[in-house]
Formats: sequence, C-alpha cells, structure tokens
Amino acid sequence: MTTLADAEMGGTATPRFDRLGVVIAIAAGTGLRLFDALPTMGAVAVAAALVAALVAAMASRRPLFRLALGALALAALALGAGAAGAHLTPTDNPYARIAPASGFWLGLFATAMLMTDAMVRLKLGPLGRLVALVITAALVAALLASGAWSHLSLIAEYRNRADVFWREAESHLLLAAGSLAAAAIIGLPLGVLAYQVRAVRDPLINILNIIQTIPSMALFGILIAPLGWVAAHVPGAHAIGIRGIGMAPAFVALFLYSLLPMMANTVVGLSGVSRAVVDAARGMGLTGRQRLMQVEIPLALPVILAGIRIVLVQNIGLATVAALIGGGGFGVFLFQGLGQTATDLILLGALPPVALAFAAAVLLDAVIEISARGKA
Amino acid sequence: MIRDLLRPGILLRLVVFAALVAFLAAPDRFAGLLAPLTSNGAPSIYTQSSLIDLTLAHLFTVALSTFAAAVLAVGLAIFVTRPAGVEFLALSRAIVNIGQTFPPVAVLALSVPAMGFGEAPTRMALFLYGLLPIFENTLVGLSTLPPAVVETASAMGMTGRQRLLKVELPLAMPLIIEGIRLSAVIGLATATIGSTVAAKGLGEVIVAGLLSNNLAFIVQGGVITGILAVLISDIFTAVARRATKRRGAPSAAARTEPDGRQTSGA
Repeated sequence: MTTLADAEMGGTATPRFDRLGVVIAIAAGTGLRLFDALPTMGAVAVAAALVAALVAAMASRRPLFRLALGALALAALALGAGAAGAHLTPTDNPYARIAPASGFWLGLFATAMLMTDAMVRLKLGPLGRLVALVITAALVAALLASGAWSHLSLIAEYRNRADVFWREAESHLLLAAGSLAAAAIIGLPLGVLAYQVRAVRDPLINILNIIQTIPSMALFGILIAPLGWVAAHVPGAHAIGIRGIGMAPAFVALFLYSLLPMMANTVVGLSGVSRAVVDAARGMGLTGRQRLMQVEIPLALPVILAGIRIVLVQNIGLATVAALIGGGGFGVFLFQGLGQTATDLILLGALPPVALAFAAAVLLDAVIEISARGKA
Repeated sequence: MIRDLLRPGILLRLVVFAALVAFLAAPDRFAGLLAPLTSNGAPSIYTQSSLIDLTLAHLFTVALSTFAAAVLAVGLAIFVTRPAGVEFLALSRAIVNIGQTFPPVAVLALSVPAMGFGEAPTRMALFLYGLLPIFENTLVGLSTLPPAVVETASAMGMTGRQRLLKVELPLAMPLIIEGIRLSAVIGLATATIGSTVAAKGLGEVIVAGLLSNNLAFIVQGGVITGILAVLISDIFTAVARRATKRRGAPSAAARTEPDGRQTSGA
C-alpha cells in the first residue's frame, strides 16, 4: 500500500492569481511521492502534467484551456496510478495488492474540481453535456479495458468476481429502474387524480410524505413482516418470487419512496399549466380527456420528468442498501467490504452506484432542459 | 395554545410520542405484543444494549453532525453570496448539485477506509452529506430575496453586516430550516446504516434482527427509527412554518420542490 502521498510540489501560489485556482492548487499541491512509486521517466511525465495543470489553474482563466489541462492531468494521474501498480507489484508474489493512497485521491479531487469549474464556465447546453458524459464514459471504459490498471487491487477484486459483479449490477438496475417504472405507472394517474380532486390531494401527499421520511433500513425491515405473511398465506405469491426477505421488500420499499416525487411533481406540473391555454383548448371543443392528454400533460412534462430524475437518482442510491436484506445489488460488495475491512471491495460496491447516479442525473437534466424548450 | 394541542394531527403525534416513550421506558411490558413475530422461543425484545441508550446515542450522533453541518453550510453560503466570495459561487453550486447525486450510503462506506470503524466515519459522512441541503437552501434563500427589500435596507443606511443579520438571514430562515430538516432526516437514515460499521445506534437492533432472523427485533428497530424520523421532521416543518408566518411570506415548507432535491435518501 505504498505510493503517491505527501510531499511538496507546485503548491506555491500568490493571491494575485485566480482565487479558485489557488485553492485547487493547494489541494493538489500537497503533491505526490512519485519517484518512489514510478520509474524515473514515468514520474517526470506525471509530475510535468500535474504541474502544467496547476499552473494553468492559477494563471489562465480561459475555461476550454483549463478543461484541456485538467483532462491532461487526470489522464496522467490515471495512467500513473496504473503504471505504479505494475512497477510496484513484486513478480514473485501474485497475492500482493497495490492500491492508490491519499495522494492519488487528493490529486483526483483537485483535477475534478478544476474540470467541473471549467465545465460550469463553459455553460454547455444540454446536448453538449450529453456528449461530455458519453466521452467520459467511453474514456473510463477504454481505461478499464486497456489493462492499464490491471495491477491495481480494485481491478484485481473485480477480476475475482466478474460474474457476480454483473449479476449484482443487473439486480441493482432492476431494483432501481423497475421500481421507478412501477411508481410511474401508479404515480402519474394518482397525480392526475389528486390534481382534479382536491379532497384527495392533501391526505395522499401527507401519507406519502411520512413514508418518505422513514429511513430505508427501517422500511425494508418493517416490510419483511407483511411480505413474509403474504408469501406464506396467499396462494401463488411464493411462486412469483414474493418472499419476506430478498428482492421483494426492497422493491416494494423503493416503489413506495418513489410515489411521492412522481405524484407531487405531476400535481405541480399540471397546476402550472396556464388557465388561458386550457380555456383555449376548451374553446376549440376538446373534451376533458383530450385536454388532459393533448394539452395539459405535454405542458407539464418537464416537471413530471424532474420527478422521474429525483426518483431515479434516489433509487440508485437506496438500492445499495437492499443488500442488507438479501435484495442484491452493488451493496453486496459494499457491505462485504465493510465486514472484512477490505477497502477495494468497498470501492467496488460504492463507485458503480455513485457513477450510475451521476450519469442518470446528467442524462435526465439534459432531457428535462430539452423538453422544457418553448414551453416556458 | 391548548386549542392547538387538540388539533387531530397534533393529538395523533402526541399519542405516538407517548407510546414511543412508554415503549423505551419499559420495553419488557410490550414483549407479548411482539412475541408473535418470533419463532422457536427467541426473545422478542432486544436486550444486548438498552433501547433507550441506543436511541439517545442515535439522536446524539445525528444532532452533533447536523449542527456542525448547519454552522459550516450557512457560513459558506453567506460567504459565496458576499462580493468577496462570488468567484466560488458557480463552482459551489455545481459541487452541491453533483454531491447530492451521491448516495449517502456510498459516502458512509467511503469514509470507513479513511477513518476506521465506529462513530467517527458515521459522523463524518453525516456531516459531509448534511452540508449539501443546508448549503443549497441557504443559497437559494439568500439569492432570491426581493431586490426591493435589500435596496430599502441599504437606503435606510444599514451596513452590509446589519443587512445580513436583520434582513437577509431572517427572510431566508424558513428555507434554511427546511434544509436542516432534510439533513436531519437523511442523517437519521444514514446513522441507521452506520450500525453496520459499528456505530452505536438503532440500526444495531435491525442488524441483529437480520442476522438472527428475528422479525421482532427488525420491527422494533424499524418502527422506533421511523417514528423518530417522522416526529423530528414534523417539528422542523412546524418551526419553519412559524418562521414563515413571522416574516409574512408564502410557506417554504408547503411548497413542493420540483427541482431535483432529495427528500429522503439513505
């Protein structure tokens, strides 16, 4: 567990420069004990890329330039970490594990800040952000596929469990997206009903609000009791996979959590449709049903999509907890890792949901922005 | 005041709270109630630690981290809305938006390698995650003030500091309290999961129930945490409503948020 940690490098900054750049430079400038971890040429290359990015962060304000240098530094860090893994792994001991230490993570954090700031200042449109997301995903996939990291312990852990990993990935997505789909099918009509019938709205929102407040582990646990009873007493329930423990209570809990944002956003979206537009539709002779389907719902779409975004991001995170009640998902690795104090397993379980939630947020934000065009 | 207490919603919450206190004070008296959930004569009440100690430890962890998060987050939000900090505004917005997509459980798990087991990583994760909603809400509160109000305050000769303390913060208060409510609710949930990394709290009861297949443990741990979360959330909502009434503006708590904010999360 050697590598990249504390020394000094390029952290000298004067307040004359861009203030944000200075902060980032100090965060990263704690530097890396590169020359212990890498062959000399490699260390020089990584150090040069990092110094260039830090100086640019302090001196230049052109966002595109800063973004490019951030990407360069990130690439140097990523390849450097992989090369350090290869360099440090003893040839005679296949069980040795090399993991990046705090220097790598600090450097990663600093370059990520630099790039985020550059992206914010570039003010990318929705399509631009989607393209950036696709490029990022492709680069990460290329890095993992290239074998540059194959000596790092995280990848070693993955190799040992590749089958299980993809099976749990499937359960994770099934839990998160399946419960979203179920909540959309029930929540949208419920939202329309609550919008049209005032007497239904407040009690329904109150109940769903209370459910949202209950901690996930508590709700998963509480649901085990009724689902266990259903599995034992309702004919056929067991056959379709309903159990007290496992995926069923997790799925039901995620579904219940998802109902509030789905329903509430439908109500808010429909309430936001201008009365004049609805009156015009009525004047054109549209029936209530036609008005709803052809005018009100399309106009409320951005807000309804915002509800879907909340639910999807939330569910991807919450599905991680499902592993505690045997529901599968990436949480399996995470909690195994916590149980064995195995950092690499924790990372294997924690990083995929973080990346998925982030990607889902970027994707849906872009879709919402596109759908909102010309409707304001 | 007494009429307030007799409103059905409040009456119901008082009854639930009384039931919770009665259960925590003498859980054994309720053993019969939970017994049908056990099998093979397993105990129906968790006795490894006293339930009241676990509840207090749980609440203390959440209170400590939420308080620390509130102090820092409000301070940071004030800083980035002053001229001196404006350069950090765009980036801090982006960080908060990205940070809130992180699952709280992942933040908890990732702080274990950095801090070891026990209370420390749980408190750190609660603190870090708790910063986000409070910072975001304070920022919204401070940056969406009616310009006329701020101008009037300046015209009255208030200094920047007086304006902040007497005008801007009071006006933003309902939103700040709503942010603290979100942090506390997410914190209560994440602290439950903290029991898997040996933090003392109510999650311990649920985990023990899951490990020994004892439904009675799972249900009592789950119901206590659930009731606590709902009651605490209600208290914050009531305080926010009161703050709104005082400033005479539409309620922040009553507004449904269509802007991608999480209400639950762990």
